[in-house]
Amino acid sequence: MMDYEIVIGLEVHCQLLTQTKIFCGCSTDFGNPPNHNTCPVCTGMPGALPVLNRKVVDFAIRAGLATGCEITRNSVFARKNYFYPDLPKGYQISQFELPICLAGHLDIEVEGGVKRIGITRIHMEEDAGKLVHPEYSGGVSYVDYNRACVPLLEIVSEPDMRSSAEAVAYLKALREIMVYLGITDGNMEEGSFRCDANISLRRWGAPHFGIRAELKNMNSFRNVQRAIDYEVERQRDILDGGGQVVQETRLWNVERGVTMPMRGKEEAHDYRYFPDPDLLPVVIEEAWIAGIRAGLPELPAAKRRRFAAAYGLSEADIEVLTAERAMADFFEAAVGFFPQPKPVANWIMAELLKFINEDKITIEKCPITPEGLARLLRLIEDGAISGKIAKQVFARMYAEADNDPLRLVEEEGLGQISDSAELAKLVDELVAANQDKVAEYRAGKVKMFGFFVGQVMKKTGGQANPQMVNELLKERIG
Amino acid sequence: MELYNCSLEELGRLFARGEVSALAITRSVLDRIAELDAQVGAYLEVDENGALAQAEAADQRRRNGEKISPLCGMPLGLKDLLSTKGMKTTCASRMLADYRPEFDATVVTRLREAGAVLLGKLNMDEFAMGSSTENSAFHPTRNPWNLGRVPGGSSGGSTAAVAAGMAIASLGSDTGGSIRQPASFCGVVGLKPSYGRVSRYGLVAFASSLDQIGPITATVADAALLLGVIAGFDAFDSTSVKAPVPDYYQGLDREIEGLRIGVPREYFAAGLDPEVEAAVNQACRQLGSLGARLDEVSLPHTDYAVATYYLLATAEASSNLARYDGVKYGFRDTQAESLIEMYRRTRAQGFGEEVKRRIMLGTYALSAGYYDAYYRKAQQVRTLITQDFDQVFRDFDVIVAPVCPTPAFAFGEKVDDPLAMYLSDILTIPVNLAGLPAISVPCGLTAQGLPVGLQLIARPFAEEMLLRVARHYEQVSGWNGCRPQLQGNKGKAVR
Ligand SMILES: [Zn+2]
Repeated sequence: MMDYEIVIGLEVHCQLLTQTKIFCGCSTDFGNPPNHNTCPVCTGMPGALPVLNRKVVDFAIRAGLATGCEITRNSVFARKNYFYPDLPKGYQISQFELPICLAGHLDIEVEGGVKRIGITRIHMEEDAGKLVHPEYSGGVSYVDYNRACVPLLEIVSEPDMRSSAEAVAYLKALREIMVYLGITDGNMEEGSFRCDANISLRRWGAPHFGIRAELKNMNSFRNVQRAIDYEVERQRDILDGGGQVVQETRLWNVERGVTMPMRGKEEAHDYRYFPDPDLLPVVIEEAWIAGIRAGLPELPAAKRRRFAAAYGLSEADIEVLTAERAMADFFEAAVGFFPQPKPVANWIMAELLKFINEDKITIEKCPITPEGLARLLRLIEDGAISGKIAKQVFARMYAEADNDPLRLVEEEGLGQISDSAELAKLVDELVAANQDKVAEYRAGKVKMFGFFVGQVMKKTGGQANPQMVNELLKERIG
Repeated sequence: MELYNCSLEELGRLFARGEVSALAITRSVLDRIAELDAQVGAYLEVDENGALAQAEAADQRRRNGEKISPLCGMPLGLKDLLSTKGMKTTCASRMLADYRPEFDATVVTRLREAGAVLLGKLNMDEFAMGSSTENSAFHPTRNPWNLGRVPGGSSGGSTAAVAAGMAIASLGSDTGGSIRQPASFCGVVGLKPSYGRVSRYGLVAFASSLDQIGPITATVADAALLLGVIAGFDAFDSTSVKAPVPDYYQGLDREIEGLRIGVPREYFAAGLDPEVEAAVNQACRQLGSLGARLDEVSLPHTDYAVATYYLLATAEASSNLARYDGVKYGFRDTQAESLIEMYRRTRAQGFGEEVKRRIMLGTYALSAGYYDAYYRKAQQVRTLITQDFDQVFRDFDVIVAPVCPTPAFAFGEKVDDPLAMYLSDILTIPVNLAGLPAISVPCGLTAQGLPVGLQLIARPFAEEMLLRVARHYEQVSGWNGCRPQLQGNKGKAVR
């Protein structure tokens, strides 16, 4: 048992999936050549002015409503002033005193139940550019402003988390909701969902928070967990040794598995926030909020409750099927065509996921439609094909983007042999040719039954109806 | 009368009738610049070839029978903080000495579309900070009425050029009086439109919540013509207003009978030069003779305007000027060993004294621990000042006042005393804080032959009313079209 209580608050930056940047018409496409997606506004040329992209406000309201926030009716953009080469105007347009969303919360699953984590605020802001330090340049650095002015939401939690596990659970839940809302792709490696953590320790029962350190540069859930655990140990060692934690920003070094003080922090920052005079206050009418509320999708927690009640699936199945909204939609569409949740779930998890994971594509890009899968399951149900054949058909449906399994079955002659006369003839031939094995079986070598089944399947290329083969064999040798 | 001394209105009429070509007008003005500008120093750059090509294009438009805007073929000058694609835009700063924008300011686009001839870029106080055009990093501009006097600022180049016939009209910008005060010093008409009336896109920002682009012209009618072209909503400027643009020129001659004019007592306080006061009082009497009713009114928070302005304007400026860091364009120090040092040295060498003074003031006003005492308090006072005007405009249509407490002062007179310099904007600043439209029209000459301006102030977006009153006054005043006596270097006598 530790002597200290761990206190964690998270600041998450979530890159929004808008077509254009927050204050200009430039594209937000990822991966273009440096400075391709730029204009006088996002490069901060003298005289250029920002114009707010309304879509960003839509997305911010959506995020706020989904996390139980109050939506500020008059929110204000502010300037955060600091110098850095990737910051084209010498200030970042962000929100400060009056952010668009306030006082929300998110429920996470923890050991022994559900815990509510407070969300202090959500605000809109622009991203900065990116410094490039190529090795060939001889110490010269370049700036790529493609990312400058790309819209972000900053989601700030209350210091309500008490372990790295809780922090990761919160992050996962938050990411899941934001992806469900369709406002971010949630890609942590590409930096479109990134997180800073404020961590402090205090003795149990102490009235005040301890001095905190801010951790940056954690680009996966695993790294968040490792970095926090490391930082907790580091601070505990300091406190146990009678020392004081220094308030500072630290970077997580993935290779070495340690946090290190961020260099170049020679002076404390005074951002000199003030309302940006180039942008009017964002006035949000009730009707705007109502419209967005009406269009909100079912959120993951509600979806999971409904899946459990409506489909009677196991918790593990539900976990997989609702991890992505598109996956859940696929499942529900397929069940609509073939109302047997369990086999639909099994086929999605066993076959479909295997294929799309191998190809690294999303379920939206999957060539097999819910209706196609349902038809395939119907063929199995009707006894037209075996489960094994169905897997072959499935592979072809996937490869050829053909959603009509019946045609494939016919074309390939893959239909199941359920003709009892034909099967009886086969079984009789086998029994006659293998009298020694029949004797072994009858002498108690039960395994031999499987030999006969296997031989029938082999002869029919797997198309024999296994149930009928079983019955026939039992008649002849049983 | 020489073409360069004609108004836009007259020249437009002659041009539309085919009695004079745009090329002839432009040549006349370019010759005038060649004759005089060595003395006056109004221009930072003259684009002679560009101007002649645009004049030819205007002539061609007319010959083709295209619909002609009143500005078509008219040679105009631009204050050098308006972005001009491919043409240097220096803000009279060493920091931007070689900067050529990739884009045109919206007002420049609108002038080009109207077929105007753009002569070049006019001198100013660096980044529009100053009241005398002595703060230009390149050279001062002289007052055409008296070369020993300043033209006012910060649009001193823009007003001197129009006064001396080196542009038929020009555009300036007004943050705390930077159009009206130099217009008053140079005996021309200067209009500061309502905040939001004219797009600021492409105007290099000094103080974003106060800056406004406006016309500088020889007559009120010209101001109406020019405003008509540059005004109106612009999707590139969120603060520009979606309100219809009236035909200011057509509205000029409507009656002003029954007009109620407020005369704020705070604007006639101690420090007002007696000759200025006399000229303004005479103007008030003339307005009365036009059928207007004049009454004394009070704007009680006037005393706080200058302090409020210098907190807000410098706060915004400290942020607006942060982008000049030597990273992407403009001046960069090459001796620095580290990034921070590069920033420091670039900004230390690139900016002039006044700009640095204001950046430091603004940085201080916004800094942690002082924000509430300075910036926030100033915002509150700004609201009070705006409410003063609202109160008066409940009963009055127009406010009349002097523009500046004194006529043009001598070079160097206030340059070492920033506070004295700041006070020369004391009568213009409240208008910017309240976002109102105001105009400076000539209302007399002092015994020494220096112009005096009359300031008229109206409700937000009431430019039509403002221009109408100014036009009526101009017609009875007798100061219309009064020009300085300047000897060109070719020895040609001027009028
Ligand atoms: Zn852009």
